[in-house]
Amino acid sequence: MSNLGKTLKIALGLAVIAALIIVPMNFNRYGLFILSQWAVMTIAAMGLNLTLGYAGQVSLAQGAFVGIGAYAAAIMTTHGWPLPAALVVAIVLSFAIGWVLGYPALRVQHHYLAFVTLAFSTLAFLVFRNESWLTGGIYGISNIPRPNILGFATNRPLPFYYVCLGSLAIVSLAVWWLIRSPWGRAFMALRENPLRAQSLGVDTRRYTLMAFAIGSALGGVAGALYAPLTQYIDPVPFNLSLSLDLLMMVIVGGAGFFLGPFLGAMIAVLLPEWLRFTEGYYLMIYAVAVMVLLIWSPTGILGILDRYMAERRTKAASALRAVAKSRLETAQ
Amino acid sequence: MSAVLEVTDIKKSFGGITAVDGVSFDVREGEILGLIGPNGCGKSTLFNCILGQLTPTGGEVKLDGKTVTGLRPSELNGLGVSRTFQLLQVFPKLSVRENLILAGQEHQGNMASRLFGRSDAGLTDAANQMIGFFKLDHLANEPAGGLSYGQQKLLDAAMAFMGGPRLVLLDEPAGGVNPSMLSNLKERLVAINREKNATFVVIEHNMEFVMSLCSRVMVMAEGKVLAMGRPDEVRKNPAVIEAYLGH
Repeated sequence: MSNLGKTLKIALGLAVIAALIIVPMNFNRYGLFILSQWAVMTIAAMGLNLTLGYAGQVSLAQGAFVGIGAYAAAIMTTHGWPLPAALVVAIVLSFAIGWVLGYPALRVQHHYLAFVTLAFSTLAFLVFRNESWLTGGIYGISNIPRPNILGFATNRPLPFYYVCLGSLAIVSLAVWWLIRSPWGRAFMALRENPLRAQSLGVDTRRYTLMAFAIGSALGGVAGALYAPLTQYIDPVPFNLSLSLDLLMMVIVGGAGFFLGPFLGAMIAVLLPEWLRFTEGYYLMIYAVAVMVLLIWSPTGILGILDRYMAERRTKAASALRAVAKSRLETAQ
Repeated sequence: MSAVLEVTDIKKSFGGITAVDGVSFDVREGEILGLIGPNGCGKSTLFNCILGQLTPTGGEVKLDGKTVTGLRPSELNGLGVSRTFQLLQVFPKLSVRENLILAGQEHQGNMASRLFGRSDAGLTDAANQMIGFFKLDHLANEPAGGLSYGQQKLLDAAMAFMGGPRLVLLDEPAGGVNPSMLSNLKERLVAINREKNATFVVIEHNMEFVMSLCSRVMVMAEGKVLAMGRPDEVRKNPAVIEAYLGH
């Protein structure tokens, strides 16, 4: 039973991966751009899912880290550095800043913490906009080159889509490893009951800071891919609304579920595109769809699946108990 | 017998209220010390001061002769001091086994090995043993939130033992546990006390449980130590009868 389920899951996973590789080969420029954007936003949302979904630390600053990564990549690659070097700098920078941003979380929680991170988000935006000697200010940075990976130029949309998809694959494996490790367990303990976690030796300070730093670093990774994807950046895409979008992706997909960000980013990036035929109404329909979903299932799309599986398990367990009971009665 | 824990003149006040008012006592190696007293007499606050959840207003806590006042709870746990809370504190979404692995993992290796090493920190066998020891075998893979109250209490206690502690402070382990499960719990506590030479301090209102489990009993009232001695001595103490045991 469970073996069959496992095989099915693996088969489904492989089919999705194969589809993500093969199907876009026929896509036009715009389709590939949207799909690349999905991959990039999924990476950023996975980072926030670590911080918020697993470790329970609210952050309204994930968009700022995408911005930090994007500017690091844009500045470095337009000055002749290769993208991988820029990626390392983006990761180190957003990890370090994320670590520092974690300190308020040691004192304040929940909506208070949301406000602290919101302030940081605004601060980052102001730096992007006002420090024009570094960021180009409101004119932004243009002509951001796309990288050569192992001798292959990725200027065309399809090769660069594969760069985004490959990065998403690597990040997914790393996050999967992390949440299954004792660190992942400690993050969940932090979310569910920090007081008890402390008394069991979990260094909640260190894990809180790590949750922020790692989540932010993934925002930086997404940013370092976003810059060469759009090839032009200015401060506007990295304002508070990106942080809110990322938060919505995590919540809608299912916070604390590994696959949540994939679904959430799909809805946030692809659904508005699919709804374009409704013209002026698409944003309204989109907003209503999100509200209905969250009323129906506050734990997101994967929350529905989780509830269904839990019900099935309970039914199976009570069926087993009923059988055991009737056997016991016959034996008497 | 040497003292594992020495508490000297601990004080804790909240605003104008002095919850713990100069409490001193020793806990000897390998003993089970009972801590009783009416509600609000400062028992749990005393625990929280010893364990670093609260910073005492004054006084000193020594573990094996070394001052540990002001250490964080996770640091104290690293030194082999473990606890349970008055209210249930398990991780409801994790399975019983995962709860136990979590309870022990920070005692294995270091931060790096906990990230890059085995996902169970090498603790599956130890967790299974603990599950067997507390007779929770059939529930190992169930989410802890689905267990009955008494079963969760057992798990809560079992978690406190996963790190192989030398000293365990139990805050009302018997509260809300039915009689048959209670005798199971008592049996398990005595076994761990003897086999692992673990020292216990137990806060409890169930007199029968305390008197039959503990080698010494300390009675608190209004933030102060009222009496300390063998269970039969304490039971006869007129001040204790007046303040707590009733007529």
